Amino acid sequence: MAEFFTNTYLGIFLLIVGQCLLIIVPLLVALAFLLYFDRKVWAAVHMRRGPNVVGVFGLMQSFADFIKYAVKEIVVPAGADKFVFFLAPLVSFVLAMVAWAVIPFNDGWVLADINVAILYIFAFSSLEVYGVIMGGWASNSKYPFLGSLRSAAQMISYEVSLGLIIIGLVISTGSLNLSDIVNAQKGDYGIFNWYWIPHFPMLFLFLISAMAETNRPPFDLPEAESELVAGYQVEYSSTPFLLFMIGEYVAIVLMCALTSLFFLGGWLSPIPGLPDGIMWMFGKMFLIFFIFSMVKVIVPRYRYDQLMRIGWKVFLPLSLFWVVFVAFAAKFDWFWGTFARWAVGG
Amino acid sequence: MSVATLAFYLFAAGVLTGGFFTVLSRNPVHSVLFLILAFFSASGLFVLLGAEFIAMLLLIVYVGAVAVLFLFVVMMLDVDFAELKGSMAQFLPIGLAIAVVLLMVLGVAFGDWHISEGAEAARAAATPEGVENTAALGLLLYDQYFMIFQLAGLILLVAMIGAIVLTLRHRDGVKRQDVLQQMWRDPKDAMELKDVKPGQGL
Repeated sequence: MAEFFTNTYLGIFLLIVGQCLLIIVPLLVALAFLLYFDRKVWAAVHMRRGPNVVGVFGLMQSFADFIKYAVKEIVVPAGADKFVFFLAPLVSFVLAMVAWAVIPFNDGWVLADINVAILYIFAFSSLEVYGVIMGGWASNSKYPFLGSLRSAAQMISYEVSLGLIIIGLVISTGSLNLSDIVNAQKGDYGIFNWYWIPHFPMLFLFLISAMAETNRPPFDLPEAESELVAGYQVEYSSTPFLLFMIGEYVAIVLMCALTSLFFLGGWLSPIPGLPDGIMWMFGKMFLIFFIFSMVKVIVPRYRYDQLMRIGWKVFLPLSLFWVVFVAFAAKFDWFWGTFARWAVGG
Repeated sequence: MSVATLAFYLFAAGVLTGGFFTVLSRNPVHSVLFLILAFFSASGLFVLLGAEFIAMLLLIVYVGAVAVLFLFVVMMLDVDFAELKGSMAQFLPIGLAIAVVLLMVLGVAFGDWHISEGAEAARAAATPEGVENTAALGLLLYDQYFMIFQLAGLILLVAMIGAIVLTLRHRDGVKRQDVLQQMWRDPKDAMELKDVKPGQGL
């Protein structure tokens, strides 16, 4: 039986499909509850109750929403470019999912353990902008078009600083492999060995850039309910809209996973005695998602010029400086070698 | 047929259809989208060749940044397609002549194409034992060809500065926001609180 899965084409194909499903299905189910959690946090800060009708404590709310979206009528605006109009939500959904192929959940628990994993994720997250641009353009309407123009500029701007922050981590690790980055954070002091201490300022820059990159509030300018109605999603209804929304949230959870892998040691246990494991990874992702939710409620939306100013005039110089600093610190072994992990364990 | 061959034909077909429809599409936005398909398939071909670093770089730089700018510009263009198509017939002979000349040049260049004897060995030596693809590329660029690489960067920098200098204009009488000044502004200087008695006014 084992030979069937390792030697025949059909077997390998089935094995890979099974592994993909093993990632996608739990991810989507978890997403349903994360959406619910997001709304609950939002409601709690507003001193409302939030979703509490469907199921116990409203736990089934996301599934009810799902059915509601799926059975509604699909409306295509007159003059829309039909092919691109339906391609756009698919692109944003598929690209958000595809990036998960290289995320390790535990030591060795990864679908594709490739050496350029970081570049792969970076490449696919930079492609996600196409879903938004195509959706906005194909709708043949002014609000979506403005939203898509905004998002194009916004996502490109923040990718630059995201990339530079990651370069600092890559210099520290000496590898582009995500598992190597986590293993380089392993040490005798648990939580104090992780990258969040040597790369401390970059943790905040990364979180903020991640929010901007995924169009998460306070940087949700492509949607901006109060000015653009709902930006690039205005003309979408039913399942295409659902795909956009799932794609957006999957990208956000991906950013949570990345923050946890890059700065918080992934599956490593924070306390030296306790065993490492997948539950730490999930716990850290959940913590970061909570931070994202809280930021969404507490911080008011940025104005567009402020967003661009922060991206280009604050984050870019800071992260560029940090790359130079890390390069020197790693080369000359400053700070007791905390910046040069390739020599120690990575 | 092995999986790699199948994938090669898939990606090659992607590059060709992408390139073909980039030229043929009537709508410029569709052209850019097909161009993206071509880039994407080309990066798939790079992966098949074992050059995964270059493949990812192609995706990040060309698809993620350059093509977005193309799309950005093309979407905002207001082009009269009927007029463009009308003038196409006028320029067709010149275009065909250029195409024929290019084809002949390519034919001359590639017609006598030999793989030199040492090529296979040189390609194998690019990645030394125990060093992965990306690291080998880094070693080559930053050790062996360091000066040339830096020079290339310098040329890009000069081009960048040139572009900025050409487009930078200083206009007088424009009100600008000074963010730092705004942040450091003291409420005391900006406003005055007065205790207004009811029925009296100020």
